[in-house]
Amino acid sequence: MNDQKLKTKAKSSSGMIRAESIFKRSLIAVGAAMVLLVVGLMITLIIESVPSMKNLGLKYLWSKTWDPVNNVYGALPFLIGTLLTSFLALIISIPFSFAIAIYLGEYNPKGWLSNFLKNTVELIAAVPSVIYGFWGLLVLVPLVRSLEMKVGVLPYGIGIFTASLILAVMIIPYAASLGREMIRLVPSPLKEGAYSLGATRYEVIKNVILPYTKSGLFAGILLSLGRALGETMAVTMVIGNTSMIPDSIFGPGNTMASVIANEFTEADHTLYLSALIELGLVLFIVTVVINMIGKRIIKRFTNE
Amino acid sequence: MNANVKYRVGKSKVVQAVIVFLAFLITVPLILIIVYIFREGITKINWAFLTQIPKPVGEAGGGIVNAQIGSILIVLTASVIAIPIGILCGIYLSENKSGRLAYWARLSVDVLQGVPSIVIGIVVYFWVVKPIGTFSALSGSVALAIMMLPILIRSTEETLKLIPFSLKEAGLALGLPYHKVILKVVVPCGVSGILSGVMLSIARIAGETAPLLFTAFGNPYLNTNLAKPMQSLPLMIFNYATSPYDEWHDMAWGAALILLFTVLSLNIITKLITRRWNVQL
Repeated sequence: MNDQKLKTKAKSSSGMIRAESIFKRSLIAVGAAMVLLVVGLMITLIIESVPSMKNLGLKYLWSKTWDPVNNVYGALPFLIGTLLTSFLALIISIPFSFAIAIYLGEYNPKGWLSNFLKNTVELIAAVPSVIYGFWGLLVLVPLVRSLEMKVGVLPYGIGIFTASLILAVMIIPYAASLGREMIRLVPSPLKEGAYSLGATRYEVIKNVILPYTKSGLFAGILLSLGRALGETMAVTMVIGNTSMIPDSIFGPGNTMASVIANEFTEADHTLYLSALIELGLVLFIVTVVINMIGKRIIKRFTNE
Repeated sequence: MNANVKYRVGKSKVVQAVIVFLAFLITVPLILIIVYIFREGITKINWAFLTQIPKPVGEAGGGIVNAQIGSILIVLTASVIAIPIGILCGIYLSENKSGRLAYWARLSVDVLQGVPSIVIGIVVYFWVVKPIGTFSALSGSVALAIMMLPILIRSTEETLKLIPFSLKEAGLALGLPYHKVILKVVVPCGVSGILSGVMLSIARIAGETAPLLFTAFGNPYLNTNLAKPMQSLPLMIFNYATSPYDEWHDMAWGAALILLFTVLSLNIITKLITRRWNVQL
């Protein structure tokens, strides 16, 4: 009888041990699956863009003509479109994101007003990009069109400039919230030292806070840029989708992401599809590199 | 001397005013968008809009029930796929702070977080859509699940890292096996953090369109079969908003209001959870 009990006990504890090892193994399996997932993403993109690499070679990246009907592919219009929209958006967004970061980090870190602003910034990041695109298409585009008529350029309405405006709003939260965290990390003895020497608030910000946080703020800009480069829907809806090199920032264009979104399901032969996937591969590599540099800087900054 | 001080103080005040002005200017686009979509959308929403499928172009009426049900199904399926994997991976990373696999897994999560959603759409097209041979809701869910993972993993890892080590030691000292210590002691302590991570990841993907373009694809009819193409709210808004028909624009406004309302509420609920339990994300 007693023997029986011991046996079942031993059995249940061996069951426990088995469950434990299964659990440990599944943890490792999931960790490995993450690595495989990312490696798999990359390999799939590379394999599927092989036909385009073979047929078009490196000059694909700087050929100017994109004409799927005649089987001519060049990625330059999209590279230029992407760089133009992203950098324009970045330039527009930086004053705002820095202002938010300085306000929330230095001027007013606590209280309902700063809470309100913080929540607003988070909600800006939460609004789906298709809604930005829709609103941009039906509200912002007519506004830009009337602005363009006043300035005296061709009144497309849609185009690089409109896309950059929308993008700028969308990427402000990334640099702003990171910048706020970084400004919070400035040691207060540094600031107090400057104040005790008679510095004004502006001088403390300019001579203590900004120099101390500049690498962190730069990382925030990089993360914003990574977002801007990969953003698809809002840009696709307002950029005009013409596969030519834009003649001005008010003209219509196309970005790498938007041309993929528009033409992927229409690509009816291997080379066409593969050329689009190669764009995806370029986009993948560029955004990953930018993000990794940004994260490296943040890590170094927060460890210091 | 005095004039100089006055100049410096004045300059500081001017700069402060400019910064406050620029900082609060960000509220303008958000308010504009919310007010505009509310005003345009609220008039379109009625019972028929919520319960009928779209009518062909030119016919009045019709609704977006196919997109609503599609969205719910796609997001639910994505959650079912992503949540267990994400939480397990978060546990793994919080338990293994060093080690080669943990290093690479952490790096992969970082990389995954930065991958543009459209690229995930392309890859899932080749992983799921092509082998099956048709666009399907399932493939859309897989794409969204991949996008959920980094948020889930990060929030789980960060939450569990804050759980005192002594709790785990106490469990192990009582002779509990490792998996019970983790699942019955450590994870319940961090459940609010994990929960808000889950909510946040759902809020993040509920409005995603790009990865669904070549996976779920969209469908003008009501479909509940995961192996077939399915409509979702963001996809529907994209297709209808870029169409030339005014009545489709109207429907898109209604759908946009529902989507915006859902996504913002999810975010606010997450906010409340994090505030209620003092979670650091």
